[in-house]
Amino acid sequence: MTILNETAAPAGRLHWTPVCSYTDLLPERGAAVLVGAEQVALFRTFDGALYALGNLDPYSGAYVMSRGIVGTRNGEPTVASPMHKQVFSLATGACVDDPGVAVPTYAVRVTDGTVEVSVA
Amino acid sequence: MSTTRRLVVVGHGPTAHRLVETLADRGFDGTVTVFGEEPRPAYDRVALTSYLAGVSVEDLTYPVPDGVVVRLGGRIVGIDRENRTVATDGGHVEPYDVLVLATGSAPFVPPVPGRDLPGCFVYRTIDDLDAIREASREARAGVVIGGGLLGLEAADALRGLGLETHVIEMGDRLMPRQVDEGGGSVLRGHVEALGLTIHTSAGVSSIAAGPDGRVAALVKPDGDAIGAQVVVFSAGIRPRDELARQCGLEVGERGGIVVDEGMRTSDPHIYAVGECALAGGMVYGLVGPCFTQAEVAGDRILGGAATFEGADMSTKLKLLGVEVAQFGAMSGALDVTYMDPVAGVYKRLFISDDAKTLLGGVCVGDAGPYSTLRPFVGKPLPGAPSDLLFSGAGTSSVDLPDDAQVCSCNNVTKGKISAAIADKGLTDVAGIKACTRAGTTCGSCVPMLKQILVKSGVDVGKALCEHFTHSRAELYDIILVRGITTFSQLIAEHGTGRGCDICKPAVASILASLGHGHILDGEQAALQDTNDHFLANIQKNGTYSVVPRIPGGEITPDKLIVIGEVARDFGLYTKITGGQRIDLLGARVEQLPHIWRRLVDAGFESGHAYGKALRTVKSCVGSAWCRYGVQDSVGLAIALELRYRGLRSPHKLKSAVSGCARECAEARSKDFGVIATEQGWNLYVGGNGGFTPRHADLLAADLSTDELIQTIDRFLMFYIRTADRLQRTSAWVQSLEGGLGYLRSVIIEDSLGICADLDAQMRRHVTTYVDEWRTAIEDPDKLRRFVSFVNAPGVPDPSITFETERDQIKPVLIPLEAARR
Repeated sequence: MTILNETAAPAGRLHWTPVCSYTDLLPERGAAVLVGAEQVALFRTFDGALYALGNLDPYSGAYVMSRGIVGTRNGEPTVASPMHKQVFSLATGACVDDPGVAVPTYAVRVTDGTVEVSVA
Repeated sequence: MSTTRRLVVVGHGPTAHRLVETLADRGFDGTVTVFGEEPRPAYDRVALTSYLAGVSVEDLTYPVPDGVVVRLGGRIVGIDRENRTVATDGGHVEPYDVLVLATGSAPFVPPVPGRDLPGCFVYRTIDDLDAIREASREARAGVVIGGGLLGLEAADALRGLGLETHVIEMGDRLMPRQVDEGGGSVLRGHVEALGLTIHTSAGVSSIAAGPDGRVAALVKPDGDAIGAQVVVFSAGIRPRDELARQCGLEVGERGGIVVDEGMRTSDPHIYAVGECALAGGMVYGLVGPCFTQAEVAGDRILGGAATFEGADMSTKLKLLGVEVAQFGAMSGALDVTYMDPVAGVYKRLFISDDAKTLLGGVCVGDAGPYSTLRPFVGKPLPGAPSDLLFSGAGTSSVDLPDDAQVCSCNNVTKGKISAAIADKGLTDVAGIKACTRAGTTCGSCVPMLKQILVKSGVDVGKALCEHFTHSRAELYDIILVRGITTFSQLIAEHGTGRGCDICKPAVASILASLGHGHILDGEQAALQDTNDHFLANIQKNGTYSVVPRIPGGEITPDKLIVIGEVARDFGLYTKITGGQRIDLLGARVEQLPHIWRRLVDAGFESGHAYGKALRTVKSCVGSAWCRYGVQDSVGLAIALELRYRGLRSPHKLKSAVSGCARECAEARSKDFGVIATEQGWNLYVGGNGGFTPRHADLLAADLSTDELIQTIDRFLMFYIRTADRLQRTSAWVQSLEGGLGYLRSVIIEDSLGICADLDAQMRRHVTTYVDEWRTAIEDPDKLRRFVSFVNAPGVPDPSITFETERDQIKPVLIPLEAARR
C-alpha cells in the first residue's frame, strides 16, 4: 500500500529515472529495465497506459515478469508469469489468484516521449 | 373430434409421413391407411446421398405411428370419386371418407435419344441409388444432366463412387435458382477443385450406346462427346398428378393438383400435399413447405381452419463440402457484396433503396449470415450491411425478434424456443429439438439454437476463457471464414476485454496454422507465450534452451562439431534429448541471436522445441543398415519432419518411423507413428507418452508412401481445425464421436467433403514454410526484443549465475523465501 501512496504523491518528491523511449515498448507486452540495482518490468497496455512492477516472479524466483502475457481479468489489466502462469494485477501488483502474494509496483510516467520510473 | 372415420393416403414419402404423424400426435381417432409404391416405408429423402456413404435404410426410415396401416409395393391405379374408393393394381378396393394425395413428383427426363439405354438413371429413391451403385462398379466416368441442387447432390454421389464426374447445366451457372452469377462462379471454383468437370450453357443432343448396348458416351450439340458409362438425369421434377387427371380433379396448366389454402382439391373429400400439389400457383419442392402443407391438411382433416399461405423458399445446404445459402429476394435496389476468391467465399445482401430493409441474400462458401439474417428479411436491417456479412460463424450480436422464424423446416419461431427454454428449463440443443422439433430436419439452425441458449443465460460450457464464449475449434472457423488476421479484430468483434495467457497463445497458434506470416510479425508477437516470443524454451532460472532441428536424428560429423563448438563458446549445458536431437541450455536472451547466427550459418534451422508445433520425427536406422529393416525409416522420417516442420497446432506433435515390426523408434507412443511392413507403411495415430501414456491406434495399413503422406496431411489438418486448446491427438481421437471409424470416414473416405480443403491447406503450409530463426536474425525489428534490459542492452541479467556439476554449468536459484520478501 505504501507504494500506491507514493504513486499518488506529488511528483516533485519522487526521484525519476529516464529508462527508455515510449516507442521502445510494444503494445500489450512488457520489457525489463535496470534502475540502479532494481529490475523493473514495464508494461504498455492496449489503451497506451504504462505500469511498472518488480521483475522478480515470487513463485519461481526468476526475474521474468516482464516476459509474461498481458491481458485483462474482469476488465482489470494483468500480466501472467511466464513460468507458471500466476496472474498479477498491473495496477496493484497483487496476485489475483492468490491474494497473499504481491509484487512491488513503481511509479511510472512519460515525459516528452521518454519513460521515467521512480523506485525511490 | 372430426367426422372422418376412414382416411386414405396415396403415397408414402416424407410429406405423407409428416401428415400421418401430425394426425397421430393430435389424436385422430379414425383409421389411417397409407399406400406406398416403393417396397419400403417413408424415409428421409433429404439425406438420400448418405445412404451411399453407408447410412442404413433403417436409419433413414421414419417410424410409422401406431395404428397406421401401411401397404407397400403396390400402386393405386384409380380413384372412384362417386363411391369414394381407390383401387390398387392388385385389384384391392379401399373405401375412404377423406383421401389425401401425396404422390410426390417424378424426375423430369428430357426427350433425348438414348435416354432409355441401360446405364441411364434418375436420382430419387433408394432403388435408384442401388442401381447407380451397381452400374458404377464397371464404370469409369459418369455424367449428371442438370447442375441444380439435386444434380450436384447426384454428382457428389458419383464422385463418391469413384467415377470421373461431369455435370452438364443448360444455364450459365450451377444452381441457377439459388445463386447469382458471382456466387455461381465461386461455387464452380469449389466444385472444380474437387475434380469435377463442369459444362455450363451446355445441352445434350444424344446418348450413344457402346457395342454392349449400354451407355458409352454423351454427345453435346456441338458434336463433342463425353465418354461415360453412367448418366443421371436431374433436370427438374414433374408433379405426379396422373391419378388426379384420371379422375377429373383440376390440375394446373403445367402440372400439379390445384389446391386451395386448406390444401383441398376441387373435390372437397380429397386433399393434395407435397410435390404433387399446386398451391397458390406453385409446386414446392423443398421439404420445409411440404411439411407445412402436411400439417395444414392434417389440421383441416381434424376440423381446424389452418391455411397454407406460401412458404419461404430460403435454402441452406452443404453440397460437395461447400455451403450454399439463399434467402429472401435475389435482387434489390442496393446490394453489398463480399468476395474472397482465394478462400472461395461469396456473400451478397440485397437491400431496399433507402438502405434500411433487408430483402435477401446469397452465400457461397460460408453460409454464416443465413441463420442470423434470414429472420430479418422484410424487416429493418439489424446492423451495418458490411458487419452483417461477417456475423456468420459463432455467436453474433444480432438479437432476433420473437416472431422471427428460426427453423424454417418445422416453422418454429424464436419466441417458441425461448419459451420452451424458460418453461421447461432446457439446457441443451437436444432438449430444444425434443420439445420444439426445431433443428430436427436439415439442422442448419442448430448454431442459432445454441446462440439462443447462450442468450437465455444457459452456460453451454465450451468457452475458451472469460474473453471468448467460443471453443478453440469455433474460433478457428471464425478466423478462417472471416479472414481475420489480428487478435485485436477478433476480440473486438467476437470477444470481451483484452485477452489473457489462455486465449492469446491459442489465437496466435490458429493464426500461425492459417499461415499469417512470421509468429513475431507485428501484433502477433505480443500474443506469444515467452517461448514463442524468444523462439526458445524458458528454463527455471529465466535462461533459455536452444534446440536445432536434426531431421530424423540423422546428422553429419561436421554439423555435430558445430553444435559442440557453439555450446563450448557460449558456455552452454548440453544434453541429448529423447527426440534424437541436442539441447543446449543456459542461454540468456541477448545470447540467443548470436548463437543462432552461428547455427544458421552452419545450415541448422529452428527445431520448434519451444512451439506447439511438430517437434521431431524419430527413426531407427532402417533398411540401409539394419539387417532386419524392411523399409528406409530414416529417409521417411526426414521427409516427414521436413514436410511438417513449423506446423503450428493445438498442442505439440511428435512422430516416429520404425523400419520393421520390432519398433525400435517407439512409433506407437507418438501422435502419428509409422511402422514399415513388407508392403508399405502402417500408420498409427493418437499415441502419447507423457502424463497419460497411450499406444497409438492403427488408422490404415500397407499404405504407399504417397498415400501415407496424404493421410497424415489430412489427419494433422483435421486435428488442427477441430481440437480443443492444448488437447493432444491422443485425447482428441478419443473425444471424436464415432472414434477411429469416424476419423477414417472423414480423412480417407472424405465423408465431410473437406479433404480437398485439408490437402490444400497442407500444401500451403509446405510451400510457404520458412525458418523462423533465419528470418529473425535477418530482421533488426525482431532482434530488438533480445535484450535483458531495454535501457542497458549490453548488460546481462546479474541475477543469472551458475555453479559447476559434472563438468557443466547448473543454475543457482534464488531461495523462494527471498523472492517473496
